[in-house]
Amino acid sequence: MVLIQINGKMVKAHEGEMVLSVLRREGIEVPALCDHQALEPGGSCRLCMVEITKADWDGWTKNVTSCLYPVEEGLIVSTHSEGVLEIRRNILDMLLARCPNSDVIQKLAEEHGVMKTSFDTLPDSDNCIMCYACTRVCEVLGKSAISAVMRGHKKVIASPFGDAPPDCIGCLSCAHICPTNVILWKDENGKRTIWNKSFDLITCKKCGKETISREFADYLLEQRDIPADYFETCDDCKRMELAFKMGGLVDGAEEVAI
Amino acid sequence: MRIDSIPKLEKWRKKCQREYNSRKRKIFVCLGEACLANGSAEVYDEFKKELKKRKLSDVQVESAIKTGCHGFCALGPLVIIEPEGTFYTKVKVKNVAEIVEKTIKNHEVIDRLLYKDKKTKERIAEYGKIPFYEKQQRISLRNVGTIDPYKISDYIAVGGYTALSKALTDMSPKQVIDEVSKSKLRGRGGGGFSTGRKWATCAKVDDEPRYVICNGDEGDPGAFMDRTTMGSDPHSVLEGMILCAFGIGSTQGYIYVREEYPLAVVTLQNAIDEARDSGILGDNILGTDFCFDIKINRGGGAFVCGESSALMKSIAGEVGEPRAKYVRSVVKGLNDKPTVLNNVETFATIPVIIDKGAKWFAKIGTKTSTGTKVFSLAGKINNTGLVEVPMGISLREIVYDIGGGIPKGRKFKAVQTGGPSGGCLPAEKLDLKVDFDSLTEAGSMMGSGGMIIMDDRTCMVEIARYFLSFLVQESCGKCVPCREGLYQLHKICAKICEGQGTMEDIELMEKMSLTIQKASLCGLGQSGPNPLLSTLMYFKDEFITHVKDKKCPAGVCRDLIKFVITDDCTGCMACIKVCPVDAITGEKKKIHILDQELCTQCGSCFDICKFDSIEIK
Repeated sequence: MVLIQINGKMVKAHEGEMVLSVLRREGIEVPALCDHQALEPGGSCRLCMVEITKADWDGWTKNVTSCLYPVEEGLIVSTHSEGVLEIRRNILDMLLARCPNSDVIQKLAEEHGVMKTSFDTLPDSDNCIMCYACTRVCEVLGKSAISAVMRGHKKVIASPFGDAPPDCIGCLSCAHICPTNVILWKDENGKRTIWNKSFDLITCKKCGKETISREFADYLLEQRDIPADYFETCDDCKRMELAFKMGGLVDGAEEVAI
Repeated sequence: MRIDSIPKLEKWRKKCQREYNSRKRKIFVCLGEACLANGSAEVYDEFKKELKKRKLSDVQVESAIKTGCHGFCALGPLVIIEPEGTFYTKVKVKNVAEIVEKTIKNHEVIDRLLYKDKKTKERIAEYGKIPFYEKQQRISLRNVGTIDPYKISDYIAVGGYTALSKALTDMSPKQVIDEVSKSKLRGRGGGGFSTGRKWATCAKVDDEPRYVICNGDEGDPGAFMDRTTMGSDPHSVLEGMILCAFGIGSTQGYIYVREEYPLAVVTLQNAIDEARDSGILGDNILGTDFCFDIKINRGGGAFVCGESSALMKSIAGEVGEPRAKYVRSVVKGLNDKPTVLNNVETFATIPVIIDKGAKWFAKIGTKTSTGTKVFSLAGKINNTGLVEVPMGISLREIVYDIGGGIPKGRKFKAVQTGGPSGGCLPAEKLDLKVDFDSLTEAGSMMGSGGMIIMDDRTCMVEIARYFLSFLVQESCGKCVPCREGLYQLHKICAKICEGQGTMEDIELMEKMSLTIQKASLCGLGQSGPNPLLSTLMYFKDEFITHVKDKKCPAGVCRDLIKFVITDDCTGCMACIKVCPVDAITGEKKKIHILDQELCTQCGSCFDICKFDSIEIK
């Protein structure tokens, strides 16, 4: 356990923990677009910057991203100093120029008092803020089907050579984790389309509802110790089956479900 | 031949020295990149042929020695004849027979090929007397240009690996680190962090293995110091790395060489192979228990890979993007293991410190910046090339005494130091002492040692725009401030160059620059706005003239200028010949006429006119 000070209040933190995780636990709101509990911190959006100092730093302060800064005994953190707020405003100003049509960015910018960007906006913006959440989650899943290509301002998230990514299993993790909801996908007529790749969807044996892609199911079966028929029914039907089982009505389950 | 003990190395050294000195007359032909581009390889071959043909008894065929860069790149190909030290410039194949006949055979000096001092108009015969070399003190470049980089025996003959044998016989690893600490050597890659402290911290980390990395990813525009050291004296870099490995207890080292330096890769690989064959690298170095090996990694052409954490990722085979360095690389570097990363020049300096002692080294330079620093002089300067000077020398001495001033008698306007992370210093700062702290205080930085000199035909807004465009292209794109911020700064700067800027734009650039400095992830972004901020600090008037008067005083920004031929035109027709779009017409001895409709404002006519009869409006 280490003791740190946040906005004047003494707070306990776990050794090795990052400052942002303490802030979250304490209910202190700091914007962080590239941060997600399922991922290692990335440090690319820079919005979670805080100002740190220590008693023996002679008044010297430093701006650090709280998502990547490990707590240390005696650390003094301010999350809303004028300097930090100015950085957040200016970063949101830059993001607003890049993604003028993103309602997530617009709302966050407005909350920080940035009503309009100071720069020329990017024509035909795709609203991607390049936070890498999608590529990181894909990596965590063990697939790395998509990645960031090119560099600098030309950097984009893409599949290899822009083709349908061979390693994609259609799990939609990238689309769900995206903070600005820019990864498009569609489920239609038993088919799922994402990244220009088409997948067959599994239909629930009991209710006929479309569930996950066949490739995703196969991948999970291969990775985890799951019964082979686990994905043949949908979650709702599985729940119902369980409820009947618990109520001793095993045989009735099938009938009711249909 | 594998040397398995230190006495055997010393015995071998004697043999190498005998061989090295047996050549009574030596003809050093520079085969550095700049001289090679001007045909020095052909000159070297011609010397060999000529000497063979004449069967000169006291000059053997081998006495034409391939050397690395001599540094005076503006005058290549360079040939030096020892022991007299006769220094010939711009030598061509057709001069070779004459040099052998007159200088080698009859000890005559060929005046015409000597260096001509721009100020005194005198011809100077001797290498050491030329002002370009006279004010220099060469430590890191000590062997550059005097040994064959492809022969370990040459390096050993001039005292190479003495420091290693000293460390292995008389010193403990801690003593090696202490010696480096006492020398107060600061990293030559740009940051200026204490080398001794870096090594000592790494040695204390309780984790293994430890790595030694040499950063040869020199990418600043106009900088070529490390290229020269790696290509001309590779063993000094290896020796520095071996000493570091001995100090911190490492067994594996890497040299990360920029993709654009193929010659350096060849010389370094040859040096590594030779050192391994001689028992100086690999298992049981010189018969001791100490084992260390080095591998070369070639970069892929990304500037950001010169940033230490991106470089380590690149070596590990990942995408070269930096990480936050709240936990430093000496604790968690390559493969999350303790790593010492130093620049080429730093490593090349280490053997001298161990050999001659920290006290000797600390006496050179200033109190807080000890030793010497290599600078590459480029841009609008007479003596383009590499110079190594003691820290604390003034910019004026570098520009005027060593660099020989500005060509064509133009006025000095600014010097850009520190590459894209540095800044532009104006004429008022010419008396500034060059050391780590003074340069930073003045709003620029030491950086790796690039020095670009600019004359009054340089537009500072355009320079700021150029550096920003470089950084926009080289930013890795991982974090928002660097990726979006620098892109926007560049757009605004370009707008000002086109005469579309407003005063609010200048304010916005200043405001955003501060955020980019504070909020960027790595050094590239954090220092990215420096070229802009320093030009705004010293040349703000020029920005304002672009914005308010829609004029470019230096005559560079094409949208804001017009060239006009005045009545002083003598009708020499020089401008007519250089105009690429045939916009100038006229007859001999009659005032020429410039068609504004056709003119593309390239400025060629202005630069060629000897009579100042073309004006910028």
